[in-house]
Amino acid sequence: MGQGTKGGASVPREKFIGFYREMYLIRKVEEKIIEVYPEQEIRCPTHLSIGQEAAAVGVCQALNDGDHVYSTHRCHSHYLAKGGDLRAMIAELYGRSNGCSKGKGGSMHLVDAKVGMMGASAIVGGTIPLAAGSALSFQMEGKKNAGVAFFGDGASEQGVFYESMLFASLRKLPVIFACENNFYATYSSFTARQPTDNIFEKAKMCGMEGVKVDGNDVLEVYAAAREAVARARGGGGPTLIESITYRWRDHVGPNYDIEVGYRSQKELDEWVERCPIERLASLMRDEGVAQEKELKEVRDQVEEKIEEAFEHARNSPFPEVAEMHEDIY
Amino acid sequence: MAGARREILYSEAISEALVQAMEADPKVFIMGAGVDDPKGIFGSTLGPYKAFGAERVLDVPLSENAIAGVGVGAALSGMRPVIVHARDDFLLLTMDQLVNNGAKWRYMSGGQLCVPLTVRAVIGRGWGQAAQHSQSLHALFAHVPGLKVVMPTTPADVKGLTIASIQDENPVIILEHRWLYGRKGHVPAEPYSIPLGKGAIAREGSDVTVVAFSLMAEDALEAASLLEEEGIGIEVIDLRTVRPWDEEIVFQSAAKTGRLLVLDGGWQSFGVSAEIAARAGEELWGSLKAPPRRVALPDTPTPCSPVLEAAYYPGPEDIATAVRELLQGGEPKVLGKGDEKESTAAAPGVSDPKFQGPF
Repeated sequence: MGQGTKGGASVPREKFIGFYREMYLIRKVEEKIIEVYPEQEIRCPTHLSIGQEAAAVGVCQALNDGDHVYSTHRCHSHYLAKGGDLRAMIAELYGRSNGCSKGKGGSMHLVDAKVGMMGASAIVGGTIPLAAGSALSFQMEGKKNAGVAFFGDGASEQGVFYESMLFASLRKLPVIFACENNFYATYSSFTARQPTDNIFEKAKMCGMEGVKVDGNDVLEVYAAAREAVARARGGGGPTLIESITYRWRDHVGPNYDIEVGYRSQKELDEWVERCPIERLASLMRDEGVAQEKELKEVRDQVEEKIEEAFEHARNSPFPEVAEMHEDIY
Repeated sequence: MAGARREILYSEAISEALVQAMEADPKVFIMGAGVDDPKGIFGSTLGPYKAFGAERVLDVPLSENAIAGVGVGAALSGMRPVIVHARDDFLLLTMDQLVNNGAKWRYMSGGQLCVPLTVRAVIGRGWGQAAQHSQSLHALFAHVPGLKVVMPTTPADVKGLTIASIQDENPVIILEHRWLYGRKGHVPAEPYSIPLGKGAIAREGSDVTVVAFSLMAEDALEAASLLEEEGIGIEVIDLRTVRPWDEEIVFQSAAKTGRLLVLDGGWQSFGVSAEIAARAGEELWGSLKAPPRRVALPDTPTPCSPVLEAAYYPGPEDIATAVRELLQGGEPKVLGKGDEKESTAAAPGVSDPKFQGPF
C-alpha cells in the first residue's frame, strides 16, 4: 500500500484511514442530528460543521491527548476529532445526566477533559486566550504540549484575537490559532465585515507565523498543523492557520438556508463539489491507498457506533432537578 | 515570643501572602501590568518579584481581557494564576472572560474542570481620582454565580484571605482598598488561611448591628467610638467576603440588636447593601424593631473637585447619624439630590495627611 505525499507531508496509510474515519464520523453524526432534530428531543441550538470536517480533523490528527483544544459554538467537529466520547456527546445533546457536562452545557459547550478537549464557548472569540493560557501552563511546567484554539473568521474581528496573538508571540507560547474561515458570520458575508482578505497575515504584525491552507483538503491542513505543532513543541512559538472552508447548512439548526437569501445555491453547489470527505476518498482510491471495500467497512463501523450512541442517549435518564445547583463552586 | 505582636502594613501582608502561597505551591504565579516594576503595585508584588523573579511574576501587555482569558486557560490546565490590576475599574475590560468563561467553566463542563484563578484589584479614592479610577465594582461581580468576591479590611485578614483565595478551586476576585494599604496591624508571620464566606465581629455592641466591609468597616469602628460617648453600642460585623456572604453572623447579630445598618462602599442602588437588607427583611421581619437602613455611595459617578469628592463619600459621621436615626425610628432614606453633605475644599480627601499626590 502506498503513502500519500500531498501537502509536503509523508503520511502513512493508517493515517489516511484515520482521517477518513474521523471526517465520516463527524459528517454522519451531524446527519443523524438532522434526521432526529424534528423529533424535538434534541432541544438545544446545534451549529453543524458539515462541509468543514477537514479543518478540524487535519489539525486534531497532529495532536495528542496531552494537547489542549478549545472550541466554539460550532464544536461538534472539534470534540469528535479530538477523540471526545461519542456517547457522552449525544447524551449531552439530549440533555441527559450522563452527557459530557451532565446536561448543563449542551451542543455549544462540549467537553472531554481526559482527551484534552477542554471545552467550548458560545461567545465568538471567547476561547482564543484560553488556549494561550494552556500554552503558558505547558511552557511554565516544561511540558511538550500545545494549546489549540479553533475559531471562525468572525472571531478574527474581536480584540481578544489580536491581544492573544500578541501575548503568545511575545512569550513564544506553544499555541496554534486555528481559524476556520467559512466566509460567513451567521448571514453576514466576509466582505461586508473585513476590508482585506488576509486573516492569516494578521500573524505577521504580531511577529509570528501565519499560513493559509485549503481547509477542505485534510492533507494540507494536516501538513500545516504538523509544522505548527512541531514549532510549538520545539519552543518556536505560536502559529496562525487560516483554513478556507465552507459551511453547508444554516448557521444554526439542521436545515439548508438558501431561501434566506444571503448566499446562492450556485455558491453552495460549488463547495459541495469540493466535499472534503469525497476528495479524500477519491484520492485514496486513485492512489491505491485504500479500496472502496475498505472504505465501506469504515463507514459501516462508524454508522453502527452512531446508531448505538443515539440509542444509548435516548435510553439515558434526565438529570435530577436538584443537580441544577451542583458544579457552580 | 518576640514576633507575636509583629505589625506590618496591609501592602506587606499581601506581599507576604503571595510569597508564602508561591513557596507552598509551584503552580502559583502572578501576572499583571507593572507587577515587576520598581513600585510593584503599591508594594504588594515586590516581595514575590524579589523572591521568584520574572519566571513567576510576569509583566504583561495592556490586554486585560486576553490576560484574564490566559489566566482562565492556565487555571483550567492546573495552574493557580494570580492576576493583578492597579485599579478595580480595569476589571470592566475583563468582564467577558471572567463572567462568560471563568465563572461558568466548571458548570458548563459538568464539574470536569475548575478555575482556580485569583484576580486582585485596587479600589482608588481621593486626590481627584474621579470617575474611572475609583469605582468599587464588587456588586457586579457578586451578582454572578461562579465568582467569589473578597474585600479584606485588616492586614491580618488580607493575608489569610489572599492565601485562601489562591487555594480555592474557583475564581476569586479580591478587591483591596487603596486607603487600607498604609494601615498597620498585627499579622502572624507563618502562612495561614481564613475561610472565604466567614465574617467577623469587629466590635461587639447591643444597640445596632452595623454590617460593613473594606474601608467602611474602618469607618464603622470610628463611628462606634463617636457613638460610645453617647452611650450607644454598635456591633460591627466585618463581612470580609461579599460573595458568599456570612448570613449567619449577620442574622444572629441583627436578631440580637433588632436594628440593622448596612454600609457599602459601592453605589446604593442595586448593590450589595440592597441584597443584605432584603435578605434581612425576609429572614428577620418579626425580630427587627426598625426597617434596615443603608449608607452607601450616592448614585453618581465619582466627581473630581475636592469639594464634591468630600461630599460624595460617606464617613464615620454619616454612619453615626444613620445609627442615631435608626434608634429614633426615623424613616429610612434613599440618598438623592438635595441630600448632599456640607463640604469644603479643606476636607482631607486622602488616606494619609502627609499625602500630596499625584496618585
